[in-house]
Amino acid sequence: MADIVDSKNQWKAWVYLSPAIALLLVFTVWPIFNTVRMAFLEGYSGLMNVGGAKFQFGIGNFRKVLQYQRFLSCLKTTSLLCIITVPISTILALLIAVCLNSIKILQKPLQTIFFLPYVTNSIAIGMVFAAMFNIVGSFYGTQNEIIVTAGIVNNIIEFLGGKAVNWINYGSTYLANMTVMVIYIVWNALPFKILILLGGLQSVNKQYYDAARVDGTSRRRIFSRITVPLLSPMIAYVVITGFIGGFKEYTSIVGIFGETMGPADDAKRLNTMVGFIYDSLSTNSQGRSSAAALILFGIILVVTLINLRVSKKRVHY
Amino acid sequence: MEITLKNLTKIFPSRNKKSPDDVVAVNDFDFTIPDGKLIGLLGPSGCGKSTMLYMISGLQKPTSGQIFFGSDDVTQLSPENRGVGLVFQNYALYPHMTVLQNILFPLQNLKGEDKLTKDQMLDKAKDAARLVQIDELLDRKPSELSGGQQQRVAIARALVKMPRVLLLDEPLSNLDARLRLQTREEISRIQKETKITTVFVTHDQEEAMSISDMIVVMKQGVVQQTGKPQDVYDNPTNLFVAKFLGTPPINVFRGHVAGSMLYIGSSAVMACPGVKDCEVYVGIRPEGFILDPAGPFENSLRSVEVMGRDVSVVFTSPDSMNPTARAIITSESVIDEKSPTVRFSIKPRKLFLFDFASEKRIRFEVK
Repeated sequence: MADIVDSKNQWKAWVYLSPAIALLLVFTVWPIFNTVRMAFLEGYSGLMNVGGAKFQFGIGNFRKVLQYQRFLSCLKTTSLLCIITVPISTILALLIAVCLNSIKILQKPLQTIFFLPYVTNSIAIGMVFAAMFNIVGSFYGTQNEIIVTAGIVNNIIEFLGGKAVNWINYGSTYLANMTVMVIYIVWNALPFKILILLGGLQSVNKQYYDAARVDGTSRRRIFSRITVPLLSPMIAYVVITGFIGGFKEYTSIVGIFGETMGPADDAKRLNTMVGFIYDSLSTNSQGRSSAAALILFGIILVVTLINLRVSKKRVHY
Repeated sequence: MEITLKNLTKIFPSRNKKSPDDVVAVNDFDFTIPDGKLIGLLGPSGCGKSTMLYMISGLQKPTSGQIFFGSDDVTQLSPENRGVGLVFQNYALYPHMTVLQNILFPLQNLKGEDKLTKDQMLDKAKDAARLVQIDELLDRKPSELSGGQQQRVAIARALVKMPRVLLLDEPLSNLDARLRLQTREEISRIQKETKITTVFVTHDQEEAMSISDMIVVMKQGVVQQTGKPQDVYDNPTNLFVAKFLGTPPINVFRGHVAGSMLYIGSSAVMACPGVKDCEVYVGIRPEGFILDPAGPFENSLRSVEVMGRDVSVVFTSPDSMNPTARAIITSESVIDEKSPTVRFSIKPRKLFLFDFASEKRIRFEVK
């Protein structure tokens, strides 16, 4: 291919690119490089570094991180949330997008409503969710059962004749906590996925559907044999970005549980990988923090590669 | 399968608030398509011919009127229950399926009694592929095929169920000139082999004339004329049909009839017994001119184009409706290119008179 810029004038191109390159070097390349460096300096700490301490090169940070019970708990919570929420939100988004695409009236207002979570601050949404699942005031009876509930979810459950559940407050179970998180994350993930899938659906040539109708294809078969394959590039995209986002889950948990990352009696119960990295940083263990960040990077890389591999056969570009 | 269309009308409600007029795509269409024939629906774009086709297929419901397949009223039937095969203008092949999967797709939809075993489906699909001569390409994806091959796959997919009626929407418009010629013969051959009643839509009159058993000329949703291609060409009912059929197009002149004699300008061109004195449009087919130094029709010669087989004489006339008019004569004719004028006599059966106001044909006795 011919050079677009004359080779004599290439320095000009570099001059034009230099501001962007400088910014990238300072804010992207250097931090990445530094993270890798810190991860392999055993027991690295910013404060001790300033104090003139020397650190040995090795994989001690990684070994230590992987031995932490807290880290393994974070890994478990993060992975669980990912594995549960990504498929659910993708399938729901696909169904909603198909339904939205097939209705004529109210399509625009409904689209707006479905898109609202995307433009709302996730901490604010978290607080609203916390209120909805709350047992405000935590009124307990003699046998520790909840007498008065104020969250709308428990009110509905009781109205339907069920028993109120302690979702997120003192004494709640891990299962209850996770249920709230799954609902919250799925709901929060829907708008982006619906947007992408709806865009994909609207660009599908209508004649494929006309052709399928003439051939007497059932609705289910049209969905599975035509809509899904034609949407497969978009589906792969939302699944992959969903997994990447899922492994970086953090704010949603802060939104509902606050910085304790868990119910009052078991703080950090729902801590995630990013939460762990943040905690390590705040205790000045930059070495371990960097190691955890690199582990997270490795996990995301592997999961994405698996995703790409799986989608290779099923995605039709 | 004989198809009867009765008073078929399709009105698209206006979506534009400024002009509340509804769009009448097809207006009171009455026609019977004979069994086992190839019919060309012909008209300029926007004349309602595709709408017509979609109504026969069932993808669009007529506003009023009825459609019969044989003696069954199918007006209210959905497309899948009509037994039609439809080939779309851009083929609409499923891009994620191979050629074989595309052809198998309609068969896999069959339910109940019609359900086939895998082997039966495969046999049928292969038969259809053989019919359109794509049996070598079964494992390819549509994107790996040329336009002509995609076209054949689309026809195979439409034919594999052995539909009662085959419908083709502008089947040749996406092909290059050479392929178009070849494919139209192919369509004609396939239709003759399968004997399935076939309706195809086109805006290209040559395409329609060349392969149709019958053509239907439409304009703004109204049928202008139906009949065998040659009959319609030789005997147009109005100026529109005369202008629409034929390449090069018919030459139209302004003329008048006085005392049963047709005048174009001052030339008394031909006797037209029985026609009252009036202003007329005169249509003369390019092949209707005979080079004749003593001929009655004098014009200024513009140029002579030699085409090999025949010669095109381009001339101008103050009474011509077009900037130039064109006569096609055999290449044996001798013509003096330097001469400023050219004289013709006219073959009477190639000349048509049309009423100046209504543009309807004025018939007269030809000796």
